[in-house]
Amino acid sequence: MIPVIARSIARSGVKKVAGPRERAGDRVFQAALCAAAMSVVALALALACRLSIDSRLLWKAMGPGFLWGTTWDPVAEVFGALPFIFGTLVTSALALLIAVPLGIGAAVFLSEMAPRRVAAVCGFLIELLAAVPSVIIGLMGIFVLVPVVRSVEPFLISTLGRLPLFSGFPYGVGMLSAGLVLAMMVLPYITTITREVLMTVPSSLKEGALALGATRWETVHTVSLPYARSAVVGAVFLALGRALGETMAVTMVIGNTPKISASLLDPGYSMAAVIANEFAEATSDAYVHALIGIGLVLFVLTLLINGCARWMILRLARPAGAR
Amino acid sequence: MNILKNIRRSAALLVLLAAAASAAQTTNLNGAGATFPYPIYSKWFDDYRQARPDVQINYQSIGSGGGIRQITARTVDFGATDGPMTDKQLFAVDGKILHLPTVLGAVVPVFNVKGLSELNLSGEVLADIFLGKVRMWNDKALADLNPGVELPSAPITVVHRSDGSGTTYCFVDYLSKVSPGWLKGVGRGTSVNWPVGLGGKGNEGVSSMVKGMPGAIGYVELIYAKQNGIAYASVRNKAGRFVSADIEAVTAAAAASSRTMPADFRVSITDAPGEKAYPISTYTWLLVYQKNTAPRGEILKGFLRWMLKDGQKSAASLGYAPLPAEVAVKVAAAAETLR
Repeated sequence: MIPVIARSIARSGVKKVAGPRERAGDRVFQAALCAAAMSVVALALALACRLSIDSRLLWKAMGPGFLWGTTWDPVAEVFGALPFIFGTLVTSALALLIAVPLGIGAAVFLSEMAPRRVAAVCGFLIELLAAVPSVIIGLMGIFVLVPVVRSVEPFLISTLGRLPLFSGFPYGVGMLSAGLVLAMMVLPYITTITREVLMTVPSSLKEGALALGATRWETVHTVSLPYARSAVVGAVFLALGRALGETMAVTMVIGNTPKISASLLDPGYSMAAVIANEFAEATSDAYVHALIGIGLVLFVLTLLINGCARWMILRLARPAGAR
Repeated sequence: MNILKNIRRSAALLVLLAAAASAAQTTNLNGAGATFPYPIYSKWFDDYRQARPDVQINYQSIGSGGGIRQITARTVDFGATDGPMTDKQLFAVDGKILHLPTVLGAVVPVFNVKGLSELNLSGEVLADIFLGKVRMWNDKALADLNPGVELPSAPITVVHRSDGSGTTYCFVDYLSKVSPGWLKGVGRGTSVNWPVGLGGKGNEGVSSMVKGMPGAIGYVELIYAKQNGIAYASVRNKAGRFVSADIEAVTAAAAASSRTMPADFRVSITDAPGEKAYPISTYTWLLVYQKNTAPRGEILKGFLRWMLKDGQKSAASLGYAPLPAEVAVKVAAAAETLR
């Protein structure tokens, strides 16, 4: 994910500096860099292999039905991953739904409109938010966010309760709280990256738009955002990657119940959370293999989303002449 | 020839001088396992270091499952667990592993009902609540156990542990003994397929959820309920008495079952007989090999002697019940067989 963004941010293109004759030092340098790059690939491959090997008992016992099974019973050793996949996807989607408009809005304000001093202070605070450990955010979720959500939920149920999305009992903990906590955690990524990229938009382009009589909104909408589009998409996928893998903060507020429910107010469970919760006390081999199997599913899912991000960025990247 | 020169230069940089290790005076023992007894274990290992400066014991509280896996693989010198190893697990071990009880703990049902600080529960009703059969606080089953107490007409929200835990094992082990419905439908384990309720992470997760949610019921270790000031229920024991958990009631449960203690100490003391016995109690065990490499057996033996004599005195201050005297004698005898 990161290289995609790095590339789209720093698209300035480093020219190959080739002297009249290549020196030995250059070759050593090249080999070292190549080894560094290959080590990343090797690490990913090793991870995939290890996860597959260590979950083999699961695939033998459950088969591909593991992916759509809905029962998670460590006592009877019946394992199904669907409630966890569902929980991970729903909470991550909810987080993006909240954080993307907020993050992009904040970034546009900070880069285009805010007075310099305000922008500097806000930017610093947002970056600080990214550095807060997830267990702290989780604790804040339990002690601050969940009581608030619990007091708001009866209102949601009484007004929107007819929709299955907002039906149920006001527990406070659940998918909604998890989505909110995740939104809080990914917001700085989206805001910071988008802001940095928006600041690289050449002012000649913006001035051109303004000179043609465009309003500020039109300038942002037709010049700045399209210019930064692929980097913004990259930022969103980086945020998604973070949301998919987040463990501590989610497990503290999601309710940890492996059930699939249409309501956002109901408790759920996520893949990363179940691994963190149950691994330490998993005593039987089949149980350990099932948890590692969940890890493999999470790995593959992240890989698919990465691929998707790459494809979208390629599709969105404008022709080179546009610069 | 530039290449060769460069390679030689970088190779020279890579040469490292190995420092001769000074002859160490301290012997290190490494252990891993249960999180439940971690506070008392870390105090013991610290105190023992004061008494015997030449022995350093390290303990990682990675969970009972991890403790069993590591001692089986012999990557640690001792393991620790809240639930005894199964016959199948012991069979898979190369060598003989001893279970040595160290202290006892209790699990209490905590609840949050406005205006209610005491509550009587029986095992059957507790199981029915956690099975989702008793759903309201003013259910007849609860009212019958609490005559004269005004119970609200509010739904019960069940809170359980989301992480695998010895606390859960002790709690569901008790429910399995008193409720055939629980045994058949859910069973025993460090994690189970809960029919109803929300999962909180750790004792602190469950206690904060119960504290914050009116109408909630959950289960935590005794010390957490006390520290957080959450009301916990008295539970009816096998003798028909309602007993509120405290250290004496836990030791009583252990003492009541000490006569039937099997030689390998793998015993569940939930639903123990005896008038004063608190029914949701458990031992926690150290796992050691009977045969160890040269100095380690003697060092372990030395620590165990100290633990059974001096260590037991500090248990109560941290909320653990010390071993009953007659059990401590048996454990001491078993510890002497270490080599």
